[in-house]
Amino acid sequence: MTLGSIRHEIVIERSASTVWELAGDAGRLHEWFPGIVSLDLDGTKRTIHLAGGLSMPEDIVINDALARRFEYSISLPIFVFHRGTIDVISMGENRCMVVYACEADPRTMALIISGGCYRALQELKRQMELSTEAAN
Amino acid sequence: MARKILFITTDQQRYDTLRCNGGTVARTPVADRLAAEGVRYERAVPQSVVCMPSRSTIITGQSPSTHGVWMNGVPLPVDAPSVAEVLHEAGYRTALIGKPHFEPFLDPFNAFAENRFAGGEPVNGHRGFDHFIAATHGAAGSLAYSRFIQSEHPEVAGGFYPVLDGELEVNAMGGGETGMPQLWTNPIPKEWYHTDWCADQAITWLNGVSEEEDFFLWLSFPDPHHPQDVPSSELGRINWRDLDLPAAYPEDRLVREAILDAKPAHWRAWYDGTLVSNYEAPAKWVPATLTPDQIREFTAYNAIACELIGEAIGRVIASLEARGIADDVDIVFSTDHGDLGGDFGLAFKGPYHVDGLMRLPLIWRPSRSADIAPSVVTSPVGLIDLAPTFCAIAGIPVPQWMEGKPLPISDDDAEARKFERVLTEWDSELFGVAMHLRTITRGDWVLTTYLPGTTANGTEGELYNLVEDPNQFVNLWDDPASASMRTDLLDDLWAHQPKQLMPLRTLVAPV
Repeated sequence: MTLGSIRHEIVIERSASTVWELAGDAGRLHEWFPGIVSLDLDGTKRTIHLAGGLSMPEDIVINDALARRFEYSISLPIFVFHRGTIDVISMGENRCMVVYACEADPRTMALIISGGCYRALQELKRQMELSTEAAN
Repeated sequence: MARKILFITTDQQRYDTLRCNGGTVARTPVADRLAAEGVRYERAVPQSVVCMPSRSTIITGQSPSTHGVWMNGVPLPVDAPSVAEVLHEAGYRTALIGKPHFEPFLDPFNAFAENRFAGGEPVNGHRGFDHFIAATHGAAGSLAYSRFIQSEHPEVAGGFYPVLDGELEVNAMGGGETGMPQLWTNPIPKEWYHTDWCADQAITWLNGVSEEEDFFLWLSFPDPHHPQDVPSSELGRINWRDLDLPAAYPEDRLVREAILDAKPAHWRAWYDGTLVSNYEAPAKWVPATLTPDQIREFTAYNAIACELIGEAIGRVIASLEARGIADDVDIVFSTDHGDLGGDFGLAFKGPYHVDGLMRLPLIWRPSRSADIAPSVVTSPVGLIDLAPTFCAIAGIPVPQWMEGKPLPISDDDAEARKFERVLTEWDSELFGVAMHLRTITRGDWVLTTYLPGTTANGTEGELYNLVEDPNQFVNLWDDPASASMRTDLLDDLWAHQPKQLMPLRTLVAPV
């Protein structure tokens, strides 16, 4: 079987640095990822707890504030390989694009996670654009 | 008081599984009686041959292009139009019992309401239903039937076939005596199996509805969809060794493969195991390995599932008869799509618009007060016509957003109201493989045209004469003598094809 690969992106009318403050904070994922009810963070080890009752241990691989790239790997036994990447890309002073990508083996896991990533981006945009920062 | 509606669906049931449709394996006296007393449709066609788009068509009365559920794994928005909502607003009590599948099952983030109701979340009129109690093909997951097995009979939970394998692909593991994939010996007692459980839930709900109240009950059996894991106590009903092979299965391998080679390339590629275009069949299974005995054993298990459903429906109807209201109820029986069932050496389903998947059982037994004479309708009708039919039964104007028409009650009625064509769509884009089919069924013909995709460049197609070639062995797409028919059908298809909702809704799960 091939590796499963998915990618979602969204444009947010806020600066990349503002969005990165939340999206790049490993301890705040549950604030904008629907279906993650809580998490435990210990250095580069993170465990997320899902609304469906499952917990997923993760290794944080990259948290690069300059490149605004966050990368992590789920270490559940069902995954032969997993890599999730969140990129916040500036599109001007008050506009950015957030790209959430996932590669996984087994490939079906990428698709299962995909729905959560898609909803997370929707929620991130909603929260960011509700925030008090001026969009101009 | 209007007319009450009992709408019964199965999942993935072939037309030829019913005796009244010419079937010879399963004994189906309940469906046969409904057909004798009502209207039996000989060319009922789905608008999609997989569950989520087809079920979304049933509830919305819209084509997949319009409701936007273009493949499995794309949820129908919670605020999408719903015939149940229309009936609810007209005063009907409404319930869905059994398999819904308007939303994905694989849901670790608990994002979809269908998966949360059994955990205590209020139904609150979800999609227009007052009562919503869900089941699917086994005991895994969070639906009400799964919780029933896990809490009341945990000792049998492991007896079901594991639908998915360790990589969450549709399982190719074989069972039974022949090693047929998705076939299994399940020791569960019949009364705990989901078929009887759904019927029990339906009877309980119906007994809570007074004789004066109108109701719309969608009773949605998960079977005979794979896995074929009916209770082992029932396996003595049919000896698979006694069965004939399907008419659309040429036993000569060379003949079979020549038929496949005359169809667009993905047919042979799937058969040979070089292309898996969709999630709904076992990805690690190579259809070319399918043996005649595996087809026979599949047919037997599938027929037993159909028999059990028929008997369960019989119990539901008997409960209505016991209360003296059975004659006041319109009973509609159908399914969401068919199964390849061994035809052409293939099984399960995929982008293959032939009778195994496209010709469906459909029976409407009107209430006595409707005064509709029994008949057989040969004109093509679609599942898209069900929602408007329910409106008509209830005496409600058909909403403008519905794209179908109330079902005809005879061929004369069909001719008068111009039931001339039915359209079917397939779209899938999964793991780098894209398939896009558009099909028209009209008169004696079915035509499928392929839009550009992984194996198609947009020039491929299939054209079959359903009367002269009932097994769809001879693809006339490139036959010069059929060129004018091909052009006419293509023009007709594109003249009536609804505009597709764009951008496509996001795929959020495999199924």
